[in-house]
Amino acid sequence: MQEVLEERIDEFQDRKIADRNMDDRTKDIPGWGMDADPENDPTYPMKHWTGADHDRLNYEKAPQQPIDREVFHSIERPGVTRVFGTSTPPAGLSGAVRRYAYKYSEATATHWMTLILADRIDVIQGKINDLKHGILPNPWIERGWRAEWKHNRTAFIGRMATTALLITAGIMLLNRKNRK
Amino acid sequence: MLAMNFRGPFQIRPDRNRPMPEIMHPYDAIVRVTRSLICGSDLHLYHGLVPDTRVGMTFGHEFTGVVEEIGSGVQKLKVGDRVLVPFNIACGSCPFCKQELYGNCHEANSEATAVGGFFGYAHTGGGYDGGQAEYVRVPYADVSPTIIPAGMDEENAVLLTDVVPTGYQAAEQGGIQKGDTVVVFGAGPIGLMTARFAWFFGAARVIVIDELDYRLEFARKFAFAEAYNFREMKDPVVFLKKATDYYGADVCIDAVGCEASGMALQTITGKGLLMQAGTATAFHWAVNSVKKGGIVSIIGVYGPPWNLVPLGSIMNKGITIRGNQASVKRLLPKLIDHIMSGRINPKEIITHRFPLEEVSDAYRMFSKKLDNIIKPLLIPPRAYAA
Repeated sequence: MQEVLEERIDEFQDRKIADRNMDDRTKDIPGWGMDADPENDPTYPMKHWTGADHDRLNYEKAPQQPIDREVFHSIERPGVTRVFGTSTPPAGLSGAVRRYAYKYSEATATHWMTLILADRIDVIQGKINDLKHGILPNPWIERGWRAEWKHNRTAFIGRMATTALLITAGIMLLNRKNRK
Repeated sequence: MLAMNFRGPFQIRPDRNRPMPEIMHPYDAIVRVTRSLICGSDLHLYHGLVPDTRVGMTFGHEFTGVVEEIGSGVQKLKVGDRVLVPFNIACGSCPFCKQELYGNCHEANSEATAVGGFFGYAHTGGGYDGGQAEYVRVPYADVSPTIIPAGMDEENAVLLTDVVPTGYQAAEQGGIQKGDTVVVFGAGPIGLMTARFAWFFGAARVIVIDELDYRLEFARKFAFAEAYNFREMKDPVVFLKKATDYYGADVCIDAVGCEASGMALQTITGKGLLMQAGTATAFHWAVNSVKKGGIVSIIGVYGPPWNLVPLGSIMNKGITIRGNQASVKRLLPKLIDHIMSGRINPKEIITHRFPLEEVSDAYRMFSKKLDNIIKPLLIPPRAYAA
């Protein structure tokens, strides 16, 4: 099978091509640069143009933080940044799903929707891990119900009662079906 | 140590068994947190809307603290310094940082090139644990962290890590000219700050749109703005056109982002079905309410995939759209001066203070807008340690 174009293209050639064009081609292009206006910069003052953009990735970089754990990086960049976060490395099934997601660029639905799926799997993994460590679910604290009880009691009781009713109705319905 | 621990959408807990952060890089510092805020954008994480938000993570990108330990390469900070830590993690040497785009650093977030590195903001923000904790690792400690000026109230200092510069930049992005009519969508902390700063750029009218009356009342007092509830309108765009002589506002600012209410289609597809990155209602209204040739500034946070937006109107009306994460370091000198000179007292927006142990209550109250909450502050137990 033929390689896709992005696999055939040379990396880090943009500025070389641009510089070559600036040296050779542009002087033969009628009107090139005649109307260039450095003041016409709608990004100012958020961005102070220094020309650094044209350095691309050729800047002085910090030392690399030791990559002593699995760190994903977007396929839209060449590697891991010089520092990176060490919170919650990928683990288990959710980690495997995330690993798959990072094979796709940030421009794809596959990347982001797969990450959302991994997040939901991670919640279940988290519950299992909690139980393994003897931590029982505590919605009173974890869901902030204590605050609702204090500041939103009537609505909170109403919501809880509705939920309890729906669950009871569901159980009764299931029981009736099972009896048949 | 004690830290906030994310367990899934709408589920967090204060966890006393979190490991202490360590120096992982020569340019790191460890900061003992003394004040930490919950941001409206933290609620997007809390609600499960930001991809790659992993269970076990600690949120928090608005904090002040005391430097407890520094890496071998840190030269400007020393142990004991009281610092405010901008939410942007920035290397200071990439082309983006060199052009003062500190919110777009190229060496702080491996996991998403479209997003800078932020404390406590999912792996989409680089996978760093945040400051809703007793201690936090601060990378590139010589670049953004700033010593709190003598005499500055710490509650004002902590607001300088995000809310104040973000609100300022939202107004700045609007390119507001003297005499302009400016509409700000959203009366949350950022919208309030944006409306307040719109005057600094010479606005002649500042109109704030929201759905919560207590916040609109706050906007009238804090931001000296005209404030209106869109729930009392049939069509906010028609209201704003009428309010601006059927011309359109000069500048419209979206300070809401991906959890806006008000349009059924956006709500169903954005919040209900997750078919887009939240709801783009405020942006939609902004594009349709601004004048032809006007400017729309986006400071509200949206998820990375996509949103339903009125591209046809943007093109046909010749609208300029500007948006970015605030470049906190760039704006700090000016904003410190505004605060120290008494032109603005941002801490007025902090309405609720919680011990860090009650972080889950604080999130719930902020999420449900209980007790007229505007901005919640967390105070870790070691905040007052010597």
